[in-house]
Amino acid sequence: MKMHKASLFALYAVLELASDPERQLSATDIAEAYGISTHHLAKILRTLVRSGLVQAVRGAGGGYRFTGVVNRTTLLDVIELFETLESELDTPNPKGQAGAAVIEELQSITNEIDDLTKAILDTITLETALNSARLRARVAPQG
Amino acid sequence: MTDPVTIRNALPTDFEVVIALDLFGDAKEKPAYWRGIFDRYVIAGRDDRIFLVAEIGGEVIGFIVGEVRAWEFGSPPCGWVFALSVAPKARERGVGELMLKQLCKRLKQAGITTVRTMVDREDKLTLSFFRSQGLRSGRYIELEKPIDELELGATL
Repeated sequence: MKMHKASLFALYAVLELASDPERQLSATDIAEAYGISTHHLAKILRTLVRSGLVQAVRGAGGGYRFTGVVNRTTLLDVIELFETLESELDTPNPKGQAGAAVIEELQSITNEIDDLTKAILDTITLETALNSARLRARVAPQG
Repeated sequence: MTDPVTIRNALPTDFEVVIALDLFGDAKEKPAYWRGIFDRYVIAGRDDRIFLVAEIGGEVIGFIVGEVRAWEFGSPPCGWVFALSVAPKARERGVGELMLKQLCKRLKQAGITTVRTMVDREDKLTLSFFRSQGLRSGRYIELEKPIDELELGATL
């Protein structure tokens, strides 16, 4: 599975903001923390605001804050704002029946992988991901 | 429900309440199945079979069942959780977490270092719970297929 950059950046932003829903962060704050483009992230944040997961706070000291439900929102909820997670089989038109059956079988296998991927991402809430990340940070502190 | 949650071994007298709790997760009532489970996991009193219930104020509001399984396709002994339910009115109080922790404690005392389960991928509530407790996809992959009469006839 190759996650789109937009989905990955959205997960960075949502997880960072959800880790402290009281806190407001600018696009630059988040982009710098993850070493990503502020310009690209700003576009992603607009989509997150439209979805209701994030609120834009205007004025001095403004920024973004998390407004979703941390133990109900899953990683898939965030990713599906940006992509469908359907593997694409770039198939030409099969000439014979045998070719069609092989293509159908390969499509069925990629569907099986996609279903499994979605089932995993749809059961990991932001809260679970944040708890696991905190545990990981405690076990292996950054030097 | 402000009383503390307590966890204890299931007793034969918990039979009816367990069946009632099971209905919160599964619409099918299956007393014969639970009679068998109580015989093997409660009455038999074996250390490798664990059946716990959670109580609040003397009322049973949840249960968990697990056991030690060994050498299935070469898998060293591991703990299996195969049933878990918490009454909706007692959810979001950490009841499931307490029961799973107690079950893992018992497994650890029996020398087991891994706990495993299998849940319907549509059962997002239970899957999310196990995820929140740190369980992830493991080394073993569940596979299945419908048993086709015609296919059996062709190969036998």
